[in-house]
Amino acid sequence: MAQAKTATLAPRLDTELARRLVYQMALIRRFEEKAAEMYTLGKIGGFLHLYIGQEAVAVGATSTLRPDDYAVSSYRDHGHCLAKGSDPKRAMAELFGRMDGLCKGKGGSMHFFDRSVNFLGGHGIVGAHLPLATGAAFACKYQGGDQVVLCYFGDGAVPEGEFHESMNLAALWKLPVVFICENNRYAMGTAIHRALSQTEVWRFAETYGMPGEAVDGMDVLAMRDSVGRAVERARKDRTATLIEARTYRFRGHSMRDPAGSVYRTKEEVEREKERDPIAMFTERCYRDGILGEADVKLVEKEVFDRVDEAVAFAEASPEPPPEELFTDVYKD
Amino acid sequence: MSIITYREALNQALREEMDRDPRVFVMGEEVGLYDGAYKVTQGLLKAYGEKRIIDTPICESGFTGVGVGAAMLGLRPVIEMMTFNFSILALDQIVNSAAKMCYMSGGQYPIPLVVRGPGGPAAQLAAQHSQSMETYFYHVPGLKVVRPTTPADAKGLLKSAIRDDNPVIFIEAETLYAVKGEVPDDPDFTIPLGKAIVRREGTDVTVVAYMGMMYRAMEVAEELAKEGISCELVDPRTLRPMDTDTIVSSVRKTHRAVVLEAGAGFAGMGSEIASEITEEAFDDLDAPVMRVTGENAPMPYAKNLEQLKTPSRAKIADAIRRICNR
Repeated sequence: MAQAKTATLAPRLDTELARRLVYQMALIRRFEEKAAEMYTLGKIGGFLHLYIGQEAVAVGATSTLRPDDYAVSSYRDHGHCLAKGSDPKRAMAELFGRMDGLCKGKGGSMHFFDRSVNFLGGHGIVGAHLPLATGAAFACKYQGGDQVVLCYFGDGAVPEGEFHESMNLAALWKLPVVFICENNRYAMGTAIHRALSQTEVWRFAETYGMPGEAVDGMDVLAMRDSVGRAVERARKDRTATLIEARTYRFRGHSMRDPAGSVYRTKEEVEREKERDPIAMFTERCYRDGILGEADVKLVEKEVFDRVDEAVAFAEASPEPPPEELFTDVYKD
Repeated sequence: MSIITYREALNQALREEMDRDPRVFVMGEEVGLYDGAYKVTQGLLKAYGEKRIIDTPICESGFTGVGVGAAMLGLRPVIEMMTFNFSILALDQIVNSAAKMCYMSGGQYPIPLVVRGPGGPAAQLAAQHSQSMETYFYHVPGLKVVRPTTPADAKGLLKSAIRDDNPVIFIEAETLYAVKGEVPDDPDFTIPLGKAIVRREGTDVTVVAYMGMMYRAMEVAEELAKEGISCELVDPRTLRPMDTDTIVSSVRKTHRAVVLEAGAGFAGMGSEIASEITEEAFDDLDAPVMRVTGENAPMPYAKNLEQLKTPSRAKIADAIRRICNR
């Protein structure tokens, strides 16, 4: 249970699955590019943390879930929410702060929630959603179901106490949760070696007596393989797992750090961009004859159209009416 | 009706609600095998088993967050803080997760959660174990905050808190656990959140108080009655939402108000109640609203200093005499 795994194309990978994986990664990529554009136009406010570069993690992981499984994320949540099946139209409307947004425009970029697809939210306080994921897994077990909870967080959450509290409780109580640390090497601007005495994040699994492994987070099939095994463990014998997905964000921490160049070199960023998860996967599909260039072009067109449609939907959606200020503070 | 202790009343409430709803469970430090640090959960492990009475390691943020996550999936957790002083470690989960989830999800994820345990001035427990914690919570939209004074209130309000679909901060008191009182046996007995009660009717001055301060106020009112001062005692019971109407209508009758508070006075509950009264009933007041509060110092250990920290009967009586021009 060590070392980054590079998956070979599993025999199960058929054209339909390959197409779906490309579609979802491309959808997230295009959604994020468009969101960045809308942000610079002033259509989106606040903080906007883009997922560009990390798409293989959410898409590979989610592809192993059943619809009734749960996912929960940090503030860099668009990719996880879209991968779980949320409507990009409602997601974009949320970014625009409109009434047809996932949360009626009251959550914004950092707080996507979508009950219809069991997406338990984007959470803005680093590390705080790990206990929530643990609690959701507790509820699955309490209710006697066999659902699994995926919990995504960055390497920045690992020094937080709640990471360690959650790992301990999940292992101690045998809860069906898969912790996926998206190690993109920087907690905002702090490189991992400046933040952690143990930079091999997956090794914390040993401490808490649960399975752990590092996986190439730029490889959607490797993610699928690793998370798939973890999900089965969680479902069958309620064993929690820690997966360290080694990935990289191509953009800055947020739109307020557009270049992300103060704390990392341009050369490093360019080098990592050569391992683009979407390009790597499509090239492998071409090589193995699973998808043709025409298939991918078609996917790209669909995705462009779908995101354009999302922007049009968001633009057309009304602002939440003033009375929404006071609804949902309490449930009646 | 039975005469039971405040502690037993809470225990009854937990049992009745667990019998009523299988989604209710109790989680916290020493709630099970140890039978509760203050014995509020006595016998529950035996009666309900490990599935529903869950001992946690010492990780307040972790297990409170587990409660919030479980509530997102529809369970109704009762999280015990061994003492509310420890809730500071869980403050982020309470304030940022529990209180805001319903709102920021646009109503998709209400959080039916109770966080309960003792708080307020205790007996020589010193600065870190003897403080009025409600101030940290009642400021937060999305939370409800309860401070039950009597055994009947403890039972009726805890049952309502567990049935409520919102996060409720329910702060008991070490010093009241042994207090006895009449408590209804009816399993359907509840007291609605957000309703104050007039504990003693009077005509000269309204005294607003809860928990230990209310017991002190009752003694003072008895004493002042002999001097011809008639005190009306109002107990808010729920601090958020606050039943301002009951307080204000009492003040409209008596034209004077003294607000008692055990905790430090600066930016405390007394300030809020005083300002509500002033805004709502200024023209009815014959004197400025007075506050009698805990001193603005941490709780000392030494007994003599501890007694100086919290408003004494003499101090309360003096304030009431002063506002009544006696």
